[in-house]
Formats: sequence, structure tokens, C-alpha cells
Amino acid sequence: MAAKRKTPVKTRNPDLIRGVGKYSRSKMYHKRGLWAIKAKHGGDVKKPLLNKRKPKPTKLRASITPGTVLILLAGRFMGKRVVFLKQLTSGLLLVTGPFKINGVPLRRVNQSYVIATSTKVDISGVNVEKFDDKYFAKEVEKKKKKGEGEFFEAEKEDKKTLPDEKKEDQKTVDASLIKSIEGVVDLKAYLAARFSLKSGMKPHELVF
Amino acid sequence: PFKRYVEIGRVALVNYGKDYGKLVVIVDVVDQNRALVDAPDTVRSQMNFKRLTLTDIKIDINRVPKKKTLIDAMEKADVKNKWENSSWGRKLIVQKRRASLNDFDRFKLMLAKIKKAGIARQELAKLKKETAA
Repeated sequence: MAAKRKTPVKTRNPDLIRGVGKYSRSKMYHKRGLWAIKAKHGGDVKKPLLNKRKPKPTKLRASITPGTVLILLAGRFMGKRVVFLKQLTSGLLLVTGPFKINGVPLRRVNQSYVIATSTKVDISGVNVEKFDDKYFAKEVEKKKKKGEGEFFEAEKEDKKTLPDEKKEDQKTVDASLIKSIEGVVDLKAYLAARFSLKSGMKPHELVF
Repeated sequence: PFKRYVEIGRVALVNYGKDYGKLVVIVDVVDQNRALVDAPDTVRSQMNFKRLTLTDIKIDINRVPKKKTLIDAMEKADVKNKWENSSWGRKLIVQKRRASLNDFDRFKLMLAKIKKAGIARQELAKLKKETAA
């Protein structure tokens, strides 16, 4: 710990308004005399300390527990009712349709774009250990050398097919889920249907 | 012209304020606008008549009874059951149930409504065929 000064240091750069100083970076360089300090110490100046702050993982809403049915509010699958599996280290929620029921694959979704219902599905038979953010990273494409002639041809396939391994993962996760879903009456049809606001529904009064 | 009167023992429904939806008994009248009101689960307090809607139910009590006497009188007159079996009381219960429905419950309700309508339509078609034949 550095010894505290008897008089606090007066700022050399007063604020014009919050966030805007009176002197520019180059003016401040001269004001602080960094040119002289550098000359004195042969080019080494004290650097400000590194910011080692790590952002905390997003806090999960209390209403979202593994097995909760969520309603997606945005994106390609908006309105779909979907089963929550776990929260990934990035804070995003890992979610699955199940795929056979409503076409939503294993997918990451942000907590803010989701309504949590109070309906829960039994998720004990599912092993979600192997899924993390790296699993969902985009495939790195190998760079091809630019060739004049190749520009005018469709050199890449239009659709990138999912690797079989991921399809298998989807099937194993969904197998036990679908069994527990079929145990509850009407739950399968519920997950297959999309949610929409109808006339007379007031979202602030609805219980989800 | 008037059937429900403000009197001691009149059961009323609170329609505004913290105790919204509760049934209370008028135990005394303070002045032209206010009544002293009491219920088994609330503290005895004054309430403006504008916050009350009178019901058909009346119980037999003296002016400002003790809590125990009030509760006994309510049991004797069977206020709770009378209220829950009245059409007004039943409507309120249904409203509360509908408001507390889950998203899944609303879905199941929709399926049930469609099924019921389907059955009714089938019967109607059958009857139409019989009269046409």
C-alpha cells in the first residue's frame, strides 16, 4: 500500500461536464511532464494498473429452473414453447424444443427474451454435461486462395449441413425428455403450439 | 324500490382499497358516509359506504359485537356458504379461478372448449338430420 499524501492530489484536468475534460490527451502529456519523466528514466513511465475485473455470470431468474417450459419472445422461434435445460457459463440458457415436437433444436437463448411459465418437465433423465458455449461456436472456414475465375462460380455449398454428431446429441437429449413429456396429458400438444397474445389478454395481468 | 339496506348486520363486499374483495359486516354507522365494519379476519375499522357494495345477506347481531360474538353469529347464519352458493359469489369465484390460470391451463381450457363445441355440433347435426328425414 502506497503511503497516503498529506494533501490530496489536485486534478490537472478539470471537467467541463461529466465525462469531458478540459485538456486533450496531447496537452495532458505535456502538462504531466511525461516527456521529461521518460527522458529521466530512459523511456519507462508508470502505467496505470490493469483492470482485472471479471464480469459476474448473469443471475438466473428464480422462476427459471431446469425443466421449466419457457416461451421464446424473439427470433426465428418466437412464440414457441420450449424446455429449459441449463444455464451456460456465458449466461445464456441452453434450451431444446424437443426437436421432434416443435422443431426447436438444442439452442442458446438469452434470458431477457424469454417468459418463464410455471410448468415444469421432469428433466432427470437428461445428461447435459457435455454442452457448453464452445459446442455452439461457429465452424472456422478454411481460407481459400482468391482465384479470378472462382469468383463467378458458387464455390461454397449453399447450406451447411449439421454434422451427424450434433444430430445424435439432439436425439439422445430428446429421447428421455419426450418420454417424460408424454407422461403428462396434453403437454406434447402444448409444446407443439405457439403462444400468441389474443384479444382481451392483458400481459400484465396474465399468470404464466 | 330499495331491497338492500344499510343496517347493523348487513354483509357487504369491499370494492375498493386494501381489502378489495373481502366480505365484511356493518356493525355500526358512524355518520352519513361512514360505517364501522368488521370481519373475522380483519381489524374492526371504519369504511366509507362508497367502498362497500351491499349484499343480500344479513346476520343477527347487536351494535358493535365482540369479535367472538360476531364470528358465532356468522357461523349461525352460514354466511360463507350462502355467499359461495349465490350467483354473485359463484361468479366471483370463477373470475378468480380464470385470473389464476397458468399458460398450460389456458391451453388445456382451449382444447376443452373446442371439444365441447365439437360434441354440441355433432348432436345438432344429428337432430337436424332427424327432422329433415
